[in-house]
Amino acid sequence: MAEKVMEVQEVKLTAKDFASDQDVRWCPGCGDYSILAQVQRTFPEIAGIKKEKVVWISGIGCSSRFPYYMNTYGFHSIHGRAPAIATGTKVARPDLSVWVATGDGDLLSIGGNHFIHACRKNIDLKVLLFNNRIYGLTKGQYSPTSEQGKKTKTTPFGSVDYPFNPVSLALGSEATFVARTLDGDAKHLQSMIKRAAEHKGLAFIEIYQNCVIFNDGAFEKLTNKKTRDDNVLYLEHGKPMIFGANKDKGIMLVDRKPVVVEIGEGKHKIEDILVHDENDESFMIATMLAHMTEDPSMPTPLGVFRKINKPTYDEGVEAQIENVKKIKGEGDLEKVLFSGNTWEVN
Amino acid sequence: MIKDKEVQSLTEVTVRFAGDSGDGMQLTGSQFSETTAAVGNDLSTLPDYPAEIRAPIGTVYGVSGFQLHFSSEDIHTPGDRPDVLVAMNPAAIKKNVSELKPGAMIIVNTDSFDKKNLQLAKYETNPLEDNSLKGFEVFPVPIAQLTSKALEGTSLSPKDVSRCKNFFALGLMYWLYDRPLEPTINWIKAKFKAKPEFIEANEKALRAGYNYGDSTELFSTRYHIEPAKLPAGTYRSISGNEATALGFLAASVKSGLPLYLGSYPITPASEILQYLSNYKQFGVKTFQAEDEIAGITSAIGASYAGNLAITTTSGPGLALKTEAIGLAVMTELPLVIVDVQRGGPSTGLPTKTEQADLLQAVYGRNGESPVAVLAASTPSDCFYMAIEATRIAIKYMTPVILLTDGYLANGSEPWRIPHVKDLPSIPVKFRTEKEGFAPYLRDENLSRPWVKPGTPGLEHRIGGLEKANITGNVNYDPDNHHNMVTLRAQKIKNIENDIPDLEIDGDHQGELLVVGWGGTYGAIKEAVIKARNAGYKVSQAHFKYLNPFPKNSEKVLKNFKNVLVPEINLGQLSKLLRSEFLVPVIQFNLVRGLPFRVSDIEGKIKEILGGKK
Repeated sequence: MAEKVMEVQEVKLTAKDFASDQDVRWCPGCGDYSILAQVQRTFPEIAGIKKEKVVWISGIGCSSRFPYYMNTYGFHSIHGRAPAIATGTKVARPDLSVWVATGDGDLLSIGGNHFIHACRKNIDLKVLLFNNRIYGLTKGQYSPTSEQGKKTKTTPFGSVDYPFNPVSLALGSEATFVARTLDGDAKHLQSMIKRAAEHKGLAFIEIYQNCVIFNDGAFEKLTNKKTRDDNVLYLEHGKPMIFGANKDKGIMLVDRKPVVVEIGEGKHKIEDILVHDENDESFMIATMLAHMTEDPSMPTPLGVFRKINKPTYDEGVEAQIENVKKIKGEGDLEKVLFSGNTWEVN
Repeated sequence: MIKDKEVQSLTEVTVRFAGDSGDGMQLTGSQFSETTAAVGNDLSTLPDYPAEIRAPIGTVYGVSGFQLHFSSEDIHTPGDRPDVLVAMNPAAIKKNVSELKPGAMIIVNTDSFDKKNLQLAKYETNPLEDNSLKGFEVFPVPIAQLTSKALEGTSLSPKDVSRCKNFFALGLMYWLYDRPLEPTINWIKAKFKAKPEFIEANEKALRAGYNYGDSTELFSTRYHIEPAKLPAGTYRSISGNEATALGFLAASVKSGLPLYLGSYPITPASEILQYLSNYKQFGVKTFQAEDEIAGITSAIGASYAGNLAITTTSGPGLALKTEAIGLAVMTELPLVIVDVQRGGPSTGLPTKTEQADLLQAVYGRNGESPVAVLAASTPSDCFYMAIEATRIAIKYMTPVILLTDGYLANGSEPWRIPHVKDLPSIPVKFRTEKEGFAPYLRDENLSRPWVKPGTPGLEHRIGGLEKANITGNVNYDPDNHHNMVTLRAQKIKNIENDIPDLEIDGDHQGELLVVGWGGTYGAIKEAVIKARNAGYKVSQAHFKYLNPFPKNSEKVLKNFKNVLVPEINLGQLSKLLRSEFLVPVIQFNLVRGLPFRVSDIEGKIKEILGGKK
């Protein structure tokens, strides 16, 4: 029989192709809508992406409903375990593009162990953390990223514990791509998603996400038109860290600490300002930048904190298999079963 | 050299090697087993070691033991009471003397019987001198001195020389039981390839022990055990853990699926992970996870991706995996969970055996969460049950729990190696057809389709929330939930149509049936044989399928006046049998961290049957 050769025209996908037929069930005004929209808009732009090769894996929480709304393969799992499940999927099938949608409770509280180890092993996963600094689905308890002193249903007198800084945690766990962005900043969010997709290795994006019901306005300072320019520092590789409505403020390292300085005549020169190097092998400066969020006098950096290249775990596993096959030859079960000290009974 | 030592023929012997955790007793025992297997005896072994890696030297709790039972006939257990004890120090005698057969031989390393070691073993007087070993045949051998004499002129440090004394003891035992040295010499050569001085020293110590037996006047008799009449074939000695690993490797080959093992090291299951990590040439992926939960959840991720996914653990790990097993039940993904049971609860007795995870396996999850539960009955049976567990998991799109235990895992027996072509093939069907696809469609087994991500047009979502049947959409409808709960239960129940009947060894009806499951098979079998030889009428049935039970189970049980259920727990199978079949059963429970003694079960059989023969 003659084989039929079909000319397949590569069809350009659109955002709609990535939307499933399920009704989206987040609260009206939730920041998750924007994240979903930006993902769906960005995916067609990602080079070589095929929707059947994409798998979205999530745990439990509002954000973890995400896979149901993506018309790709998806797995809504159990609380905290998405990075571990995704690890299994990626290691089993390196040809798949594996994405994790998760929240601050899911990833940093119950799933903290899986997250740091996925980072450490540099598994080629894209992890999107929807950080709203609150437990939404359980209706308003404080989370591991809630600011100290936060009053919630379980902390009526204010929380006593210190929060995690997710970017710093990812850096400390040796993640090879670490970024931060905002749910409402469509363009920036899109560019971060695209860059994460292009990164080979574990890519982590902390997305500040507003919970309209239980923690509304948590990122107001960064989103309000009146205040945002003076409070957001966009990190750009190879460029000085300048911010402010008039672009007249910058970050300098003084006594091993980042400080805000003014730029201009009789003040600091642009050359004095710290230049961002996202490829810096050391994560010391990136970590310092991550922690600026905790100082109200400092701007909050958004953008890519770190991007370095390092072989991934899943590549390493494949390479080892190929290498062992080269040395030992393809596995021969009969030979393995009959190996060792054998004897004959007649 | 004294010639013409008497050679006495025996049908069976039980030997126990005992010494400090650092004395190399496990190695000595396993070498003796390998050689004994190679000369064609049937055998069964029981390594028994402390949880501490190097417990304080000389103490009773630091004693590590290795028992093996070998015979010219078919045997099923590592033996109740040793005929011979090789004791490397006073603590080894203290710990083991009460378990020896009356008149047993004790071969003693006299060099370790100094004041300090006697004190550590809490002996007030030297048992070699105070007549307390009266009733045993004691052979005092200065093993340490003889070893260091044999190794004079080698470049080894005194410490390394001392570490060769187990090979001296092994050589002596080889002489005593007429075994060849070659298998162990070959092993030494392979093991110390990079250290020729150790090859020379260990071989010298081994030969010195052998020659000592030949030349000393201490031993006037040596023993000969004819090869057992086993079915023709090629044999090897195999432990339960190695058999389990090879079973999954075979399942991978026979199903054509890449094998993925997600696991976290835990005694006594770690070896399965170790064995499988050696088979990269088969494309096996072993993922040593950050914890038990990641072990199983990564396996679930791999199963979702289309691999043959397994996870291995012991009781505490199974507890941690509980929620994830529920996820695999809900998402209806194939997965095999191996639980190598150990003494519990909590950390319990990590290196000792037990059967107390049965109810955890059958019921231990939130919600109505049915899974298939299988149990291996002998070390080599682990191989076949691993294949069977895989077959069921794939065919029924379900997690399957395979129960083994510390005794099966570490114990070994001769195994007639099967040919790959004779192993059952495991059919796998991935759905690729777009037309009419829905993620929770049902086939004749009520199984849903397995779809590999990457298949165009079949993009779909699964998850832990309740699903509408067929469409797989999230669904909270009360009737749908009831339907799905029932359907998941029915799917597992249906497996009973696809598994062998419960076999009865002996009459199919009568006064007494002894019923067991898992690793107690050998002890029950031997007890039943002994009772029959004494004229009692007794039958045996052994469960390898615990959920669902074989279809004929109720009929089998109800054909006997009495059903005796020996278990190394407080009656977990008994509970299941009573609730499932409303049959009265007689429990027999000993939870000592050790396998049953044949005599214990035999005694119980006689007690129940009284004078009835």
